Amino acid sequence: MNIHEYQAKALLKTFGAPVAEGVAIFSADEAEAAAKSLPGPLYVVKSQIHAGGRGKGKFKELGPDAKGGVRLAFSIEEAKAHAKDMMGNTLVTAQTGEAGKQVNRLYIEDGADIARELYCSLLVDRSVGRVAFVVSTEGGMDIEAVAHDTPEKIHTIAIDPEAGVTDADIAAISQALELTGAAAEDAKSLFPLLYKAFNEKDMALLEVNPLIVMKDDHLRVLDAKMSFDGNAIFRHDDVKALRDETEEDAKEIEASKWDLAYVALDGNIGCMVNGAGLAMATMDIIKLYGKEPANFCDVGGGAGKEKVAAAFKIITADPKVEGILVNIFGGIMKCDVIAEGVVAAVQEVGLKVPLVVRLEGTNVELGKKILNESGLAITAADDLDDAAKKIVAAINA
Amino acid sequence: MSILVNKDTKVLVQGLTGKTGTFHTEQALAYYGTQMVGGIHPKKGGETWTGTKGESLPIFATVAEAKERTGANASVIYVPPAGAADAIIEAIEAEIPFITCITEGIPVMDMVRVKARLDRSTSRLLGPNCPGIMTPEECKIGIMPGSIFRKGSVGIVSRSGTLTYEAVFQTSNEGLGQTTAVGIGGDPVKGTEFIDVLEMFLADDATTSIIMIGEIGGAAEEDAAQFLIDEAKKGRKKPMAGFIAGRTAPKGRTMGHAGAVVSGGKGDAESKIAAMERAGIRVSPSPARLGTTLVEVLKG
Repeated sequence: MNIHEYQAKALLKTFGAPVAEGVAIFSADEAEAAAKSLPGPLYVVKSQIHAGGRGKGKFKELGPDAKGGVRLAFSIEEAKAHAKDMMGNTLVTAQTGEAGKQVNRLYIEDGADIARELYCSLLVDRSVGRVAFVVSTEGGMDIEAVAHDTPEKIHTIAIDPEAGVTDADIAAISQALELTGAAAEDAKSLFPLLYKAFNEKDMALLEVNPLIVMKDDHLRVLDAKMSFDGNAIFRHDDVKALRDETEEDAKEIEASKWDLAYVALDGNIGCMVNGAGLAMATMDIIKLYGKEPANFCDVGGGAGKEKVAAAFKIITADPKVEGILVNIFGGIMKCDVIAEGVVAAVQEVGLKVPLVVRLEGTNVELGKKILNESGLAITAADDLDDAAKKIVAAINA
Repeated sequence: MSILVNKDTKVLVQGLTGKTGTFHTEQALAYYGTQMVGGIHPKKGGETWTGTKGESLPIFATVAEAKERTGANASVIYVPPAGAADAIIEAIEAEIPFITCITEGIPVMDMVRVKARLDRSTSRLLGPNCPGIMTPEECKIGIMPGSIFRKGSVGIVSRSGTLTYEAVFQTSNEGLGQTTAVGIGGDPVKGTEFIDVLEMFLADDATTSIIMIGEIGGAAEEDAAQFLIDEAKKGRKKPMAGFIAGRTAPKGRTMGHAGAVVSGGKGDAESKIAAMERAGIRVSPSPARLGTTLVEVLKG
């Protein structure tokens, strides 16, 4: 789960991180009061969407020469004008796709005098199974490009969970970032608190890009991107409350209510599969036969028939879907449960597109029997290859 | 022969009394008499678990007590996500040599904590978020459907549960059968990696070919490919076929498994397929042709 920059900064502030003063606004009318509450005279007006590349992004509704999604303002009047220009319009960045994202929230922040821009992120380094700091002196830009062009400028410092961030770790990070003086002093509290925040809130990613050294030589978190481990949200009601559903696909929100792993895609073959690997492989084989999947959907191992029915309904409700492929290899998942769920869903919402079902594994005979006796127009498939061929043929027919 | 588990493996069940634990314990008991020797429940120690067909197993309050009383050398965990990490740690502290955790959805930070304990122990952990391990006609730990297995010569290792079944099913249909099938699980932080299992398959005389199934995210497949290249230089090499799931997955989106995400230009399918091919693995473009691809490799 992702949250907005202003929410991430507020959260970091509770851990004692140095962030600028700022106010989030939900309508352009609030811009003046927001700016007035800040010290000035420099303000930054920042679009709040769940995607990066905002500064270089362009608003669809404004001309190509209009400024991007993060703007400097040198007066309250200018901040107001920017807010009016940006609020409600659609920002297209390198990460939003062509459709872009509507800007419904702005963050007006006190400006900073920047001496240097650094990069700092925390994530779980799966190669060692530990939380690691990834840092670079090349902040403020696309870190993927830095990693690609100058990998020697990226430093990874993994933290022993039983020792926490040690003095040696702080020294290593500070050295990698070439911190001296007041900045090196700030580092002694900043890096342990970022690690603490990451751990306590079960984050999946905490990216500070840029982390800045200001002209007064102190450190400040200038931008913050935060995402959380979906498996741990159950123990963080405060984080759950930060969810902004307007940033998410409606089908994905419905799926998450049922604890389904669902990702909306652009194709026209709806898929319902058990197991993430098999679900990805099912997408792959559809593509191999020349079509595109409409979604990734893993109903998981322990789904009951209600969950299966919910998944089926979400898939059929997608207007792009011209055919559905159900591919189940039962282990924990029993084929009869899948069959019952599919039949129940079809009886409730009807079936307007071809449906191919491939069942194998636990209780497969029982599952096939339920489908056969349902009297529904379901095409049975023998194996994965057969299933993919049949659904592609049905759509092309 | 086989790897990790065989007819002498004695298995405890942590989370036996739940619905999932009960179902799969019944299945295991029915599978060539897999030695399930007891269950753990902190509040039900001294009671007896009874299956739907009248099977029964003793329940112990702790893993340590259960190990002491039954001589168990393995444990399988079906405990729900919030308590699963503590269940693994209890098994580590009881010095269970081989622990399999089936549970899906354990918070990553919990696994970071487990991993630190594991590194200082003599236990091996398989999983979490995995289907378990099976040696045909000898031992079934976890949730793989027993009916698709056939005793044979192929070692199977996979990050994906259901794709493990595909590989098993297809090698059975080709008449090859399996020595052992190992699902290492789809989480980013886990106990056993590809390299650990490949090392065991290379050392196992009965395993004469290997199927390796990976997926997008991380660098475990690339690391495994490098391991195979290094071992081949020492003359250790077996015919292999493979598959990588997620070729068509969009970047930056997590595909169900917490570990399956392409980010920072790393972990995409093309990089993994290229690395595996460099290591001499024939990578099938289709998940439906794992068995036939291995047969082609074996024909030379």
